[in-house]
Amino acid sequence: MTNLLYSFTGLILFIFGFFALIVCAQPLRKILGCNVMATGIFLFLVATSYRADAAAIDPVPQAMVLTGIVVSVSVTAVALVLATSIRQASDPFIARRKKKAKGDARKKQ
Amino acid sequence: MISAESWIIVPVVAPLSGALLSFLIRRGSVIISMTAAALNGLAAIILVKQFLQAGPAVYAIGGWNPPLGITLHTDGPSLIMLAMTAVAAIAICLYAWGYFSLRIDEPVRIGRAERQESFFWPLWMLQLTALNGLFLSGDIFNLYVTLELLGISAAALAALSGKTSALIASLRYLLVSLLGSLSYLLGVVFIYKTYGVLDLVLLQKMAGMEPGVIAALAFMSVGLLLKTALFPMHFWLPPAHANALAPVSSILSGLVVKASFFLLFRLWFDIFSPVLPASAFSLMGFLGAGAVLWGAIQSLRQKRLKLLIAYSTVSQLGYLFIAFPLAFAGGTSQAWSTVLFMAAGHACAKIAMFMAAGNILLHIGHDRIKDLAGIRAHLPITSFAYAAAGVNLIGLPPSAGFVAKWMMLITALSTHQWLWALVLLAGSLLAAAYVFKVTSQLFVIPPDTTLIMRHRSAPLLEWPALILALISLLMGLMAPYPLRLLEIGVTPEVVMLLGGGP
Repeated sequence: MTNLLYSFTGLILFIFGFFALIVCAQPLRKILGCNVMATGIFLFLVATSYRADAAAIDPVPQAMVLTGIVVSVSVTAVALVLATSIRQASDPFIARRKKKAKGDARKKQ
Repeated sequence: MISAESWIIVPVVAPLSGALLSFLIRRGSVIISMTAAALNGLAAIILVKQFLQAGPAVYAIGGWNPPLGITLHTDGPSLIMLAMTAVAAIAICLYAWGYFSLRIDEPVRIGRAERQESFFWPLWMLQLTALNGLFLSGDIFNLYVTLELLGISAAALAALSGKTSALIASLRYLLVSLLGSLSYLLGVVFIYKTYGVLDLVLLQKMAGMEPGVIAALAFMSVGLLLKTALFPMHFWLPPAHANALAPVSSILSGLVVKASFFLLFRLWFDIFSPVLPASAFSLMGFLGAGAVLWGAIQSLRQKRLKLLIAYSTVSQLGYLFIAFPLAFAGGTSQAWSTVLFMAAGHACAKIAMFMAAGNILLHIGHDRIKDLAGIRAHLPITSFAYAAAGVNLIGLPPSAGFVAKWMMLITALSTHQWLWALVLLAGSLLAAAYVFKVTSQLFVIPPDTTLIMRHRSAPLLEWPALILALISLLMGLMAPYPLRLLEIGVTPEVVMLLGGGP
């Protein structure tokens, strides 16, 4: 029974994450939405390894979850880097400050 | 040095070590990547030779057999994709070498091109690793890992040019491909929950009509369709492909979208085809028809050359999906041959086209179609490559596109599916329109204008494009050879069908 509870929680998390990914406009929220989706899948995956006999728990899903977490961390890192550089490139305030810093450097030379 | 059966790991290991080494040794990155691509080509030749002698091979990594271990395996379709990728990889390496060395010589923005180059080689090698891993892998979870690797390296490559528009397009690309692969992963979990295995060959024997499998197939298909950019889920493709650097556009448009399509096709036809209803195949066909028409119309409306080519990718991908309902009527083996011809021909042609567009952009500094008149005088080889690749997209004989469309048309007419035949013909007509829209500009030299070229034409930039375009153009003449690969390991009646058919 607990097994089913975990599975359904995982699926609900997946749907929440998906909702956030579609509805939210900010890149950071979208990235977090993806993370929540991934976590939901991992929870679902871990719940499949459950067996009534505690000694016979299936190790394969656990290996998959570990791999999945590594993949998810690296994708999140890439996405965050992209989001940061978009912000730096498109934000007029940051761009002006950068330009000014460049101009100052040139004056010193 | 390497035993006969372990050549199968070379297409994965060689580019991976190439990626790591070229990241560490910045100076030698060109030579390291070229060596890795050459080794990959050699491995592809040896694997094909072994396959012709001994048939399909299975290699259990580390000696662990399924269901616990992960296997690599070769069969006809995977080898054709592998060989096509190997040829394209060598051409792209040569082109990228020429591209970056020309850009680095440019006086403006010193340093930017060098930085781009130092990141390009490792990422491109990672991309090649992921592609080869995807073609060879026989384990659905391992396939998820290769899909993610493909997505990450593709998004990073698309962001290389550093312009804001490219960054925004590549973040969107990354999120879309992440959504696609997570959806695929959820499907994998459903399959594991139902059967307790991940190996493709084991799954093939077990596939049945359980509810878990239907859910799995739905999630996996939607995820992969999103990654393949099938209409109406193609919105992310044109900006990401058109704003990237020229070698990157070639890689993304020619190879990366084919990989997720290959996986989708394998799942549908090798594993679940007995389970699926005919209506599911028709749905794919309708989406494909939408893609063919919508992509071509959008392509005609574009004012920039690279966007035109990117929309033409959306259109050409549609043909691959029209093959679904036709294959359902015509048999799996014929489906594979049609689709592989279409995919391989389009890959070579599209890479050549993006290379040609990259040359034009590099030499005259813009890619506005209406100002392209007279390029032929300065870049004759590039213009010819563009036109030759265009012949393949339209599907004129003797190109690979012609053979594939001919096979589809014959099946459509012989099984009385008139609708698909009409879409195929209309798509070809529209393709002719958008190809000629550009070639008519390239080849007409107006008497009064003079174009100012920024660089002298470089052979490394022009010849790879021409050779790939000619391969796509002449592939139709060599049709029996790749098809022979598909005949190994299938029943004799299918061989008869292939031999007797067009």
